[in-house]
Amino acid sequence: MSEVKEVKVMATRDAYGKTLVELGRIYKNIVVLDADLSSSTRTKYFAKEFPDRFFNFGIAEANMMGAAAGLASCGKIVFASTFAIFASQRAYNQFRQSIAYPNLNVKVVASHGGISVGEDGVSHHCTEDIASMRVIPNVTVIVPADAVETREAVKALVKHYGPAYLRLGRPKIPVIYGEDYSFEGRKLNFKIGEGITLKDGSDVTIVATGLMVYEALQAFEELRKEGISAKVINIHTIKPIDENLLIKAARETGAIVTAEEHSVIGGLGSAVAETIVQSYPVPMQFVGVKDVFAESGPWKELLKKYGLTSSDIVKAVKRVLKLKK
Amino acid sequence: MAIFDHKAESHSKELVQRLRRIALEIRKDSLLMTTKAGSGHPGGSLSAAEIIACLYFHHLRYDPENPRWEDRDRFILSKGHVCPALYSALSRAGFFPREALWTLRKIGSILQGHPDMRKTPGVEASTGSLGQGLSIGVGMALAGRIDRKSYRVYVLLGDGELDEGQVWEAAMSAAHYKLDNLLAIVDYNGLQLDGPVNEIMSIEPLAEKWRAFGWHVMEIDGHNVRQILDALDLAERIKGKPTVIIAHTVKGKGVSFMEGKVEFHGKPLTEEQLKLALKELELQERLLSTS
Repeated sequence: MSEVKEVKVMATRDAYGKTLVELGRIYKNIVVLDADLSSSTRTKYFAKEFPDRFFNFGIAEANMMGAAAGLASCGKIVFASTFAIFASQRAYNQFRQSIAYPNLNVKVVASHGGISVGEDGVSHHCTEDIASMRVIPNVTVIVPADAVETREAVKALVKHYGPAYLRLGRPKIPVIYGEDYSFEGRKLNFKIGEGITLKDGSDVTIVATGLMVYEALQAFEELRKEGISAKVINIHTIKPIDENLLIKAARETGAIVTAEEHSVIGGLGSAVAETIVQSYPVPMQFVGVKDVFAESGPWKELLKKYGLTSSDIVKAVKRVLKLKK
Repeated sequence: MAIFDHKAESHSKELVQRLRRIALEIRKDSLLMTTKAGSGHPGGSLSAAEIIACLYFHHLRYDPENPRWEDRDRFILSKGHVCPALYSALSRAGFFPREALWTLRKIGSILQGHPDMRKTPGVEASTGSLGQGLSIGVGMALAGRIDRKSYRVYVLLGDGELDEGQVWEAAMSAAHYKLDNLLAIVDYNGLQLDGPVNEIMSIEPLAEKWRAFGWHVMEIDGHNVRQILDALDLAERIKGKPTVIIAHTVKGKGVSFMEGKVEFHGKPLTEEQLKLALKELELQERLLSTS
């Protein structure tokens, strides 16, 4: 707690909105759809610059997904945005049937993932989407750790053919990467399906996604002070997951803690467990929302109350180390 | 290139006779296919036979040798369960060999139980989960507008399917975006899986509903080839709004013991029933030749 640094913050949805405009200038076949939330999802920037390639469908997510499929089948790269809860649940069958099954080039970019939505409460929180979207064949699922990574993810998705779910958040969160997508001076390359080792360590691996990557980095520092050497991996692509990197980490550290702003059922923790138990099982602990609905409140307080902070990760590391033989 | 583009041709008596004959062939194929498959939806396939015949053998513009030709008209079978009728038309139009029809619903077949745009040449959308086709049509119509293409988009809906709220979301958006390159056709055969539409979930007053949603509405006898052809032509002249053709039809049309019977919605004929049905349809074909 000694070094107090000024942390730059930015919402991932803001990065999305700005990147879409840049890409819209280059790719004339990008079409953007929204369901009366363009001010919140930030597709409004694209709408303003390219009114002929933006369509608002009103509060009708199911129809938006179908229209996205129709546009994609005519060669458009379609970005369809709404809140995570509506994208992944209100229009789930439409996404599966009309988009994923025919493997159409639709990117569902959902803002307001997790519980950091905050005060709007459970109706607008979404802690089930990683599970529900990754179970559908053909679908790529990405959860960026910050605004810079969001930009890289959106750029990568434009070049990647196929249906995808990109989960973003509402609040301004710490930017952990340099503007050029570097980490601690190391220039990175965003590749769909490739995790990133942010910190190397030997006692335990912390695998995190989304805003929990920042918490994992904080936990790394706290653990270091206690003499525990943690490897920190950012899994931005939950599907397809980076099996090699995870199995290697399991071998090297012998214990894994996962951290996600999502239910502990079916999300990142499950995806990591599914991977390692089949190749190199090691003890694991899951940091995430327990099997409960959260509630209204300021987002940082919600993360505390529902166990999504660096100190929750530290506690989980201590539990997993006891399980490690 | 083998582009099929005949819609400018006049609606001659010969054309009408030919389309009526094709509709009978589609009926025979649909019954044969579903009985051979041991499952499927014969009733609704029969009610849509003339509509599909008029589209694929007169009105639509397409190229069976190049199914993804970008200027083609798009036809979406939103009531995906009556795909036997569509498959029959597609094979007759040259999209794939006729032998494929007898593999319907079998392992490894290009003909799935419900339409699959990745497996079947000529199928434009993967449907079968009802209520989604009109939304897909909205997307295709918007793409046509962005790209300044002259193709048109056709969506065939079931009457029971109109229970789905998404159909009305799509209807609202099509009118909002003034999609006059989009045409919906309702196969109004009056029966859905559990029984008569007006008992299961009333959809009336149907024409008024579409009008209230901002559509131009036409009502026709969906088994009258001349009426279908005229309505399809007329719809192209309606500008500034989408058009819906409410086609009044009979479920199981053409086979006396199937007509108006809900039990043939999702059950194929037995071998004996099939023989009787084919006999009836062949008799109608012979009558056509002499008329």
